[in-house]
Amino acid sequence: MSDIGAYQGVTDTPHEPGFGDYVQLLKPRVMSLVVFTALVGLLVAPVGLHPVEAFSAILFIALGAGASGALNMWWDADIDAVMKRTARRPVPAGKVQAGEALAVGLALSGISIVMLWLTTNWVAAALLAFTIFFYAVVYSMWLKRSTPQNIVIGGAAGAFPPMIGWVCATGSVSVEAFLMFALIFMWTPPHFWALALFMKEDYHTAGVPMLTVTHGRKSTRAHILVYTLLLVPVALGAAVTTIGGPMTLAVSVVLNAWFVFGALRIWKRDEAVAEADKYAVEKAFFRFSLLYLFLHFAAFLAEAALKSAGIGGW
Amino acid sequence: MTFRSEHELHKRRFSRNLGLGLTLAAFVVLVFALTVVKVKRGDPMQGYDHVVQPQSVPQAEGQP
Repeated sequence: MSDIGAYQGVTDTPHEPGFGDYVQLLKPRVMSLVVFTALVGLLVAPVGLHPVEAFSAILFIALGAGASGALNMWWDADIDAVMKRTARRPVPAGKVQAGEALAVGLALSGISIVMLWLTTNWVAAALLAFTIFFYAVVYSMWLKRSTPQNIVIGGAAGAFPPMIGWVCATGSVSVEAFLMFALIFMWTPPHFWALALFMKEDYHTAGVPMLTVTHGRKSTRAHILVYTLLLVPVALGAAVTTIGGPMTLAVSVVLNAWFVFGALRIWKRDEAVAEADKYAVEKAFFRFSLLYLFLHFAAFLAEAALKSAGIGGW
Repeated sequence: MTFRSEHELHKRRFSRNLGLGLTLAAFVVLVFALTVVKVKRGDPMQGYDHVVQPQSVPQAEGQP
């Protein structure tokens, strides 16, 4: 009979990964945003799903997002190790081996795609598969290390969940699903570039061609303003479709006015002023960007609730 | 008779094994619930083995 005594060498391992270490591979904080936006996409769709199907669909979308996070941690372990913000992730911290992260990522990718297909439809499953491919291969393996536009194009991966949620319910893509996608897609660059402005040493040390490193900080400030201005028509456009209504439009107008105001303040500042107040404006803009996205999707959800009560929508 | 004491490896891996076990159990429950929902709704499915489907019968020669 075999005995675990045969694995005596294993007992010398300095750290035995716990279940929580594997959960950390899935980037739970990113998953929470995925769950929220996918849930909104699913709930505001004109077709309803059975609660068990809806729960399963959201679960497998989140699992797919987590799988792409594990694949990202496997590939980017060298970058993560030198960046203060990511150095404590399971792979660079030595808690989980890189090969294990790859195995977890591949296995969960397969499970989530097949289960989403069985739960809902093949279009949603295909979109989830494309999202995982886009984040793991197009963004992590290719764009992140090769172009300062990495955030712009790679942001598409994070923008797909509400579209997938919508497709789970309806079986096809529509203008509403596209605008929810576009809202996150256009929001991502100013959100991350604001982060890069006050986390400059990290990206610089890791050699990631972030816009702040390749084009300078003045150019990054201008980019934030331009992308924020491009975001406005997308957000207002979503508010005038069937997922919006007067309340959503009012919320969107206020949020966009405040966001543009913040981008203008960032654009007007120079480095001396920013360093003097320890990037207070940039940090405030970054924090508000999170609220901006959350409140837009919360407004879509609230509008759908009002509509079901007969008082919302156009 | 004495039981063998638990190996230290099992103690260290308890949280991992427990987490994986609970996850698999939850997955089984979820698949069962999904199966019940899909079978009860029934409408998107066709019972190919038990339902006469005239459209599947090949047309005889001379018939329109």
